[in-house]
Amino acid sequence: MSVASDTIDWLTDHAHWVGDDSIPLRVTQHVEYSLLTVAVASAVALPIGLAIGHTGRLRGVAVAVTGALRALPTLGVLTYFVLLSGIGLKAPILALTLLAIPPLLAGAYSGLESVDRATIDAARAIGMTEWQVLRKVEVPLALPLIVGGIRSATLQVVATATIAAYVGLGGLGRYLIDGLQLGDYPRMVAGSVLVIAVALILDGVFVLLQRLAIGSRAALPVRSS
Amino acid sequence: MIEYRSVAKTFADGTEAVNDFSLVLPSRTTTVFVGSSGCGKTTLLRMVNRMIDPTHGQVLIDDVDIATRNKVKLRRSIGYVMQHSGLLPHRTVLDNVGSVLRLNGMSRKEADRRSQEVLETVGLDSSHASKYPSQLSGGQQQRVGVARGLAADPNILLMDEPFGAVDPIVRDELQRELLRLQHDLDKTIVFVTHDVDEAFLLGDQVVILKQGGEIAQVGAPADILASPADEFVSSFVGLDRGGRTLHVEERDGRSIVVDASGKATGVLAR
Repeated sequence: MSVASDTIDWLTDHAHWVGDDSIPLRVTQHVEYSLLTVAVASAVALPIGLAIGHTGRLRGVAVAVTGALRALPTLGVLTYFVLLSGIGLKAPILALTLLAIPPLLAGAYSGLESVDRATIDAARAIGMTEWQVLRKVEVPLALPLIVGGIRSATLQVVATATIAAYVGLGGLGRYLIDGLQLGDYPRMVAGSVLVIAVALILDGVFVLLQRLAIGSRAALPVRSS
Repeated sequence: MIEYRSVAKTFADGTEAVNDFSLVLPSRTTTVFVGSSGCGKTTLLRMVNRMIDPTHGQVLIDDVDIATRNKVKLRRSIGYVMQHSGLLPHRTVLDNVGSVLRLNGMSRKEADRRSQEVLETVGLDSSHASKYPSQLSGGQQQRVGVARGLAADPNILLMDEPFGAVDPIVRDELQRELLRLQHDLDKTIVFVTHDVDEAFLLGDQVVILKQGGEIAQVGAPADILASPADEFVSSFVGLDRGGRTLHVEERDGRSIVVDASGKATGVLAR
C-alpha cells in the first residue's frame, strides 16, 4: 500500500483519537506551546518594536539583531537552552521565542514607519501627547502590519514547535520523533499533515483578524495628493 | 497678541531657518507670512504652538513667554490647520472635528454636538459627518480641517498653507469663506502662504519674508502696494511686471480696468 493511503488509515484509525497519545491531545499541546511562545515573544518584541517605530531610533540595531536572530538554527539553540536550564518547557519555549521575535519586531516598527508623517505631525499639533499619538494614531494605522507580524511569527512557531518533542515534551512533534524511532512512516507523515493543517487554520484566523484591523475604517489612508 | 522677540532657529543639521526675527501680531487680526520656500515662514508659524522651539529669543502670547507653558496644553488651546488637512484617516469627520474637544476632556455627546455645530459654521453638510476623510474631496477635507481648528473655540488659529493643494475655484471659495468666518469670529489668525494674492486678500497685516526669516516689509496690503520698501518687494508682489499697474478705459459708458499688458481685469464701480 502507498504511504498516502497508509497515512489516511493512520489518521482515521479510531485508536489514534483517544488516549494519552491521541491526535486531539497532541494538537492541543502543539497549539498551547505555539500560543505561549507567541505571547512571550509579543510581550518582548512588540513594545520594543513600537518604541523603535515611534522614536525612529535604534532602527539599525533592530535590523541587525533581527537578522542575526533569523540566522540562528533553532534546534541548536534548543540544545543550548536544555544544557542551560535542563529538560522542561522552558528551553523549547525560549528557543521558539527567539524564532518569533524577528517577524514581530519587524511588523511593529515597519508598521509604524508606514504611517504618513503628516498625519502624525497633525496629531501632535492638535495637542496629543506622545503616548496618545502612539495609541490613537500610530498603532491603529499600523495595525494591519502589526497583525501581519504576529501572523508570520505564529506560522513559523507552529511549523517549528515540533522540536519540543525532541526534548521529551508533547505536541505534534511526538509523531515525527516516535515515528522515526519506530520506523513508522505513516505516523510521521500524519504528524506532518497535522502540523500543516494547524498552520493553515491559524493562518485563516489571522486573515480574518487582518481584515478586521483594516475594516475598522471604511477606506484606506488619505495620502497627500 | 503674539510677539516674536529676536527669535532665531537653527536646525540640528545646521540650517539657519530664521535669524533674529521680531514682530508683533495684534489680536483679532489676520497676519500673513508670505515668501518663497526656505524663507522660514512655516518655522515662524510652528513656533507659536511650540511645534518648533526657537534656539534664541522668545515667543510671547499675551505677554507670557510660551517656553514656560506646557507644550501639549498650549497646542490644545491653539487651532491648527495644515495643507492636506492632516485629518486622521481612521476616524470619521465628526470624530476628527471633535478630537481636540475630546483631548480637552469633553464628553463624547457634548463633543459630537459641538462638532456638528462647527461643521455647519464652515459650510459642510451634516450628511458628511459620518464619512471618513478619504471619502471627501480635497476642498471638503480642508473645510473639515478648518472646523477641527475652530472646534475648541481657540483665540489663535494657525494656518499653514491650508488652501495650497486645492484647485483654484475651490481655493477662491475657501478664501471667501475664511474672510466671512473671520468677520464673525474675530480670531487672531496667523496664515502662511507663498501666494501674494492670497496674502493680500486675507491679511490685515502682511509680512513679506526673504531668506532666513528676514522681513522685507510689513504692512497693510494697500500700504505695501503704495510704497514698496525695495526692489525685492516690488518684484515679489508683481509691481514690476505690470499685472498691478492698472488704468481705466471707457467702453460703452462703463469704466473698464485694464492692466499694463492690456488685459481687462474688471469694471470700476461708481
